[in-house]
Amino acid sequence: MSVALILVSHVRELAEGAVRLAAQMAPGVTILAAGGLEDGAIGTSFDTVEAAIGRATADEGAAVVLTDLGSAVLTTESVLELADEQVAARVRIADAPFVEGAVAAAVAAHGGAGLEGVLAAAEAAGGLFAEAGVEPASHHADAAHAAGADSATPAAGVAEQTADDGVVRATRTLLNPQGLHARPAATVARTMAGYDAHVRVNGSNAASVLELMKLAAPQGAELRIEAEGPQAQEAVDALTAAIDEGFGEL
Amino acid sequence: MTDVAWAVDWVRRSAQVVAEHREELIELDRQIGDGDHGENLNRGFTAVVAKLDALEQAPETVGDVLKLVATTLMSTVGGAAGPLYGTAFLRASKAAATPELDSAGVVATLEAALEGIVARGKATTGEKTMVDAWTPAVEAAVARADAGGSPAEVLAAAADAATQGAQATIPLQATKGRASYLGERSVGHLDPGARSTELLLHAAAEAAA
Repeated sequence: MSVALILVSHVRELAEGAVRLAAQMAPGVTILAAGGLEDGAIGTSFDTVEAAIGRATADEGAAVVLTDLGSAVLTTESVLELADEQVAARVRIADAPFVEGAVAAAVAAHGGAGLEGVLAAAEAAGGLFAEAGVEPASHHADAAHAAGADSATPAAGVAEQTADDGVVRATRTLLNPQGLHARPAATVARTMAGYDAHVRVNGSNAASVLELMKLAAPQGAELRIEAEGPQAQEAVDALTAAIDEGFGEL
Repeated sequence: MTDVAWAVDWVRRSAQVVAEHREELIELDRQIGDGDHGENLNRGFTAVVAKLDALEQAPETVGDVLKLVATTLMSTVGGAAGPLYGTAFLRASKAAATPELDSAGVVATLEAALEGIVARGKATTGEKTMVDAWTPAVEAAVARADAGGSPAEVLAAAADAATQGAQATIPLQATKGRASYLGERSVGHLDPGARSTELLLHAAAEAAA
């Protein structure tokens, strides 16, 4: 049974919306919304959070809780303080951004990560997204390219293109049994942040953990790497080495 | 006498004073927060009184009364005050598990409440929160008890110190809670949580007087 998620927000629609977004990337994972007060007003409800934790931890289940503002944390902690100790021991509150953390945690849970692994995926989301936000400006142009049509660059999509267009290319097979889930995606993004290069994996910005996870690349998937910039070769070397090592998971 | 009847009276007086100051707390919270403190606390204490009225058997210990307050506030208040006061009353209930409190028992109860707030809110003094009212209140209670004060005197000293502590939040810049998002704009306002703390502790003192 995969680790469940509970999304605690002051606003019911915010919690439910985040559940929809995260569930899209993690079918089969139990993701519960616990937003707003019983009457739909803004706030966090002890009873609603308690009920969600009860559902998520039934049958010995474990759960990670993501929260929006401060009192969502306080309410969740209060529920855990009053809960059965064995139940409380199977629940973690992530210190993570609500939406990004939920997505990262959902993908990790879907990939079979344990309680601590799902927690770590959620908590890594904040730092990684912050890193992505301070990339050199040129990265943004690259991200725009990755998000837009490949036709923006004539070279893209043409496998036979020679290297004299300045693009360093490599192709690797993904070895990780659980695919390119949150943790390896995070590793890729973190590694790429250290190079002065714009790197794409199957057209997605390799510096963005969310874009990488959206690829939903399973074990055995072909990863096409393209890099441009002063350290393009180094970046590709580092990335191919990491892929060949299964990101330390093998 | 700080016994079960006192605890019940404290709770009823708290509900009354919160209802009377509902608008004031809303306005204080509107200035530096989300404006729900008065409404939330009023809803919580109204629910507490309803539960007290519905009790078929009188509580046996002071702690029984405080635990009822704790669980009811947690599930009805909604804002940050729910878990904060809820945890305060919960920890206090464990320290007050006797039919009657002497001065040391009152001090232990107040200390446990403060510890609960600090544990839950992870706040310290000077951050413009209810901790700035609770901390001097506990210090004054300790001093008054050490000087041989009665439970009523200990509570009166705590309440007066809470008033001073609440007033002292006005020039502070908030660094915890929703008000911290305002940064320098939080300066010059009385913290609503410190104000409600003051009100609750005065209710406790008046119930013991």
